[in-house]
Amino acid sequence: MTWGLEQVKVTYRSVRALDGVDIPVEAGRVTVLVGGDGAGKSTAAKTLVGLVEPVSGRVRRPEKRQVGYQSEHSGVWFDLTVWENLRFVAQAYGIPQPDSRIDHLIEVTGLGSARHRLAGRLSGGMRQKLGVAMALLPQPRLLVLDEPTTGLDPVSRTDLWMLVAGAAAEGTAVLLTTTYTDEAERGSVVVALDQGRVLAAGTVEDLVSRVPGRIVQTDRPDALAYRWRRGSRWRGWLPDGHPPPEASVVPPDLADVLIVAALLRRADASAA
Amino acid sequence: MWALVAKEFRQMRRDRRTLAMMILMPLVMLVVFGYAASFDVTTIRTGVFGPRAEQATALVDEPFVVDEVDPTVVEDDARLRLRDGRLDVALVTSDDGAKALVDGSRLFKAQAALRGFTAARAALPALEVEVLFNPDLDTSVVLVPGLAGLILIFVGTLLTSLGVVRERQAGTLEQLAVMPFRGRDVFFGKIAPYLLVATLDLAVVLAAGILLFDVPFNGSPATLALGAALFLFVTLGVGVLISSVSENQGQAIQLALMTVLPQVLLSGIIFPLDSMAPGVRWLGYLLPLTYFNQIAQGVMVRGAPLSTLLTPTSVLAAMGVAVFGLAVLRFARELAPARIEENTT
Repeated sequence: MTWGLEQVKVTYRSVRALDGVDIPVEAGRVTVLVGGDGAGKSTAAKTLVGLVEPVSGRVRRPEKRQVGYQSEHSGVWFDLTVWENLRFVAQAYGIPQPDSRIDHLIEVTGLGSARHRLAGRLSGGMRQKLGVAMALLPQPRLLVLDEPTTGLDPVSRTDLWMLVAGAAAEGTAVLLTTTYTDEAERGSVVVALDQGRVLAAGTVEDLVSRVPGRIVQTDRPDALAYRWRRGSRWRGWLPDGHPPPEASVVPPDLADVLIVAALLRRADASAA
Repeated sequence: MWALVAKEFRQMRRDRRTLAMMILMPLVMLVVFGYAASFDVTTIRTGVFGPRAEQATALVDEPFVVDEVDPTVVEDDARLRLRDGRLDVALVTSDDGAKALVDGSRLFKAQAALRGFTAARAALPALEVEVLFNPDLDTSVVLVPGLAGLILIFVGTLLTSLGVVRERQAGTLEQLAVMPFRGRDVFFGKIAPYLLVATLDLAVVLAAGILLFDVPFNGSPATLALGAALFLFVTLGVGVLISSVSENQGQAIQLALMTVLPQVLLSGIIFPLDSMAPGVRWLGYLLPLTYFNQIAQGVMVRGAPLSTLLTPTSVLAAMGVAVFGLAVLRFARELAPARIEENTT
């Protein structure tokens, strides 16, 4: 089953937040929505779960009972304990005898030692994991997580991804938003948003193979028209022609794909 | 340091609501409360009854104002008129003297009436005076019913608005909107605990008033419960409305205080409504506590039945329907998908 947005337009106070975007979210896969601040990721997530109504387009989502959602604020009740938060969600979704599932989620999220701790006293990572566990609790057909890994340490991010991947493996359609391109590479499908439009969409392999021209790496950026810093060195995009002698051609990664796509869009916009 | 001062002024200018509170509110409050703050009694509604009512009427002087003269009314009927709040003082004449009944629940009027009787002692040597409902003219007897209302406002308005704003600030209201709840489930689920706590508070405050301050409870608990329930719906509704226009808890507290303070001073709990300048008195009639105070004081102190409290009860019911209805609508809109403008670019 595929949920998602089809040709969806959303406007906030005459600003177009989403401009005819297609974001399919397939069952059994993790679709990552990547983009910078203001790209429209949260609007897309909110539109998908029904918090925002689009001006036009089609939204496909299961009934409320089958949607799990974690807002960008983690979505946990600070003055409830870990167990109470999960118990409340279980009651809200009418889950019969939820204790074993709650125990399981507490265990896999590593929150066992904080079971009776107030959510407001958890570390940022633990709180995000609790938020994901709450979204996963009703075993939703559609799981929407809005920037669940922002501000998390690498270990917590890995733990959280294991949870998300586990849900997808059980058949859940997952949409996860992030600003990190390295994280987006973990998704089955990546949709890059920029200023409310889809910049690029597909599997990472697809996107990488479709980059026009070549990506090069060099210590001398002056010879490159399109360049960006990567660590201590520079990377550049050559739409055509041969690379300068001191630059070496490197295989592109997702960050390169998105930069090139943004450059191409900018070029199109100036041409128009 | 100047950079800090400049920054602070810049922030102050941007926070329009606080700025308005800092500059306009003290001015408004001074003017309004200046005119409201009066204990002067200008009129005491007086009824003159008994066989010599016509002659006695001639002796009645300011601040007593004769509202009713009826030689056929006997003392028991006169007492009922005071219980029902129709008169402040009843002068019941007989062939061998007169008896003045004074409504002790209207403290300042009662005190003024007693002063008036003392001054008229020479003209009316046989005048017997009886203060009803609050014979010792205790302030606490008059204040406790109104204070119970104030406590209900505190829980109903302030705590409810904070509870809803906190939910929105934490982003969990959004979470509730996505969960399989209906809008009204979230609304009633959110405010029911405050309703219960406020009810419990009311019971505790009234019990404490009765036990500690000897406040009488002469009327029907059911009538008071009805008035309290209607009043609570209004205050909870105001709390939800405040939350819907407040971005954070600080703003909610500011607004809640702006609704509490006028009720403290203009509802007749401290300053009698009759003593206020007409220009501010009408403000008192817009406040729910004014009507709850009339009901609570009427039931507890005077033992007034519901039939004589229909006006404040009806006004509170109308306020409850309007305010609570508006609160439900605003809350439902908040949980509904965000409104989108149609003017696409």
